Amino acid sequence: MSTLAIPRVEPALPTGPAKRRLSPWQTWGLILIAPYVLVFLVFVVYPVGYGLWLARHPASYVRLVDDPIFARSVVNTLVFLIVGINLKMLVALLLSGFFVTARTWIKWLSLVFILPWAVPSIPTILSIRFMLNPEWGIINHLIFRFTGADGPNWLNEPSVALAMAILVHIWKSLPFWTLILIAGRLAIPAEMYEAASVDGASGWQKFKFITWPSMQTLYLTSSILSMIWTLGDFNSVYLLTGGGPADLTHVLATLGIRYLRLDQVDLSMASIVCALPLVLPLVYFMMKRLSK
Amino acid sequence: MKMPTLKSVTTEAKLLLIGIPVLLWTLIPVYHLFLFSISPKESAFAGKLWPDHPTLHNFEVVFGQKHYYLSHFWLQLWNSLLIAVTVGMLTLFVATCAAFAISRLKVKGGRTIMNLALFTYFIPAAFLAVPMYKTMGNYGLLNNQWALILAMVTIAAPYSIWVLKQASDKLPYELDEAARMDGATPLQLFRLVYLPLMMPSLVAIGTYALLLAWNEYLYAFLLLSNDRQITLSVALGNFLAADDSPWELLMTVGLIYALPPAAIYYAFKRYMVGGLTAGAVKA
Repeated sequence: MSTLAIPRVEPALPTGPAKRRLSPWQTWGLILIAPYVLVFLVFVVYPVGYGLWLARHPASYVRLVDDPIFARSVVNTLVFLIVGINLKMLVALLLSGFFVTARTWIKWLSLVFILPWAVPSIPTILSIRFMLNPEWGIINHLIFRFTGADGPNWLNEPSVALAMAILVHIWKSLPFWTLILIAGRLAIPAEMYEAASVDGASGWQKFKFITWPSMQTLYLTSSILSMIWTLGDFNSVYLLTGGGPADLTHVLATLGIRYLRLDQVDLSMASIVCALPLVLPLVYFMMKRLSK
Repeated sequence: MKMPTLKSVTTEAKLLLIGIPVLLWTLIPVYHLFLFSISPKESAFAGKLWPDHPTLHNFEVVFGQKHYYLSHFWLQLWNSLLIAVTVGMLTLFVATCAAFAISRLKVKGGRTIMNLALFTYFIPAAFLAVPMYKTMGNYGLLNNQWALILAMVTIAAPYSIWVLKQASDKLPYELDEAARMDGATPLQLFRLVYLPLMMPSLVAIGTYALLLAWNEYLYAFLLLSNDRQITLSVALGNFLAADDSPWELLMTVGLIYALPPAAIYYAFKRYMVGGLTAGAVKA
């Protein structure tokens, strides 16, 4: 906040002929925008440029493609995206309909429901990780108590472990998207539903002809934005499975860290470069949407 | 009279059929965290749903730093707090100045900068982590808390600028004109007119940046490694390194770590939910 203390008695601009004169408003505009520009140059432009420079050798990409873990991670990422996004958004759409129902207890429930979004992800993911512990976790204890059989070794089977990571991701982000879709539903004028009721429309017809048409743009935008965020979800995988067993549950967001750990920075950067064709179209879509 | 009652009963039953699973799904991981924090180790590991003898012993161990993993607990809590508050304030400073310059002073190139910032916002932070780590190494900032602070400001600023610009565009332009007529300097306009009117958005953005920094794990563990420098989030992650982690203590620390952001979130819920949804719904 130091600029605030700068004396505000800026003298009237000298009408210097040589200099292209800036009004004090433009001058101050440049001064005030300078901190962000500086941050941008030093901590975005330089790192990105340096990263691309580190990933400049074609040999890095050859080695990357030769690494079976890379192919596995790409597949995992796609599964994570396709299953995760669709399941999450569909459930959010349904739950948004539930939460707009006028009941006092549902209002209270909606406050509790935000909890996963409001708390930091590390403690809750670690909590879930222990719940899934094959020997000591509460889930297998309960399975044993009710069926007498040993529960599965949840995080030791790659596909199950990945499924658990997807569920953790959904657990964490479902409240946010439900809130967004609730706002979308509340923006639909109530008269439309009343009119439909008068005409004898069924619940499904109301959804099909009123709710969905008014919400599909929001639903699509939300899905795209959610896809970008899901691509960058490092915690759900890293803290639950650590990429294991045998590095088989890595996704693109955690793969870079794996290569960094292996001291292969060029592969780390190359794997990020390989993710760009997936990210950039989504980013382009969002930029278009927001600049409208 | 009979039919509507039956119908309303089935409606309520259907609602409960959704509500109860939602409640369980939401609360179980959080309850599990709480359960461990009040359970002796044996009870927690035996899969009890409620301990026979609930105890605050775990909190005693944590607050007294009476375990190898916890020897810097208070310092790490302080680190988390200090870094979060600094990130919140720096982000507010950078973003408010930029939003004012772009939205009210109409600085040349402001639109381009806004778009660049937005572009940065949409690139997942996890993809910038390794380049950022190498960069901080080049700058000689590794293991320095400023590395984490500056990285988090970089991540928090774009969205903050965007939200503040949106809010700022809604202020009537006549205000600026009136101020100019009265001979106000840009800084006076900023200080006396702009800041007071923007207060709700500033609170929202300050909270957003603060929570983002407090919750951060990836950048924190990459950029900081010394036990006396790390934040509580990294300390939690470090518990995982050992085979015989004291999980009941881990969960206790986790609960303590989760409480402040949850409290802040609920206290500022009006701003948070409003701001966030406004951002996305408008899109």
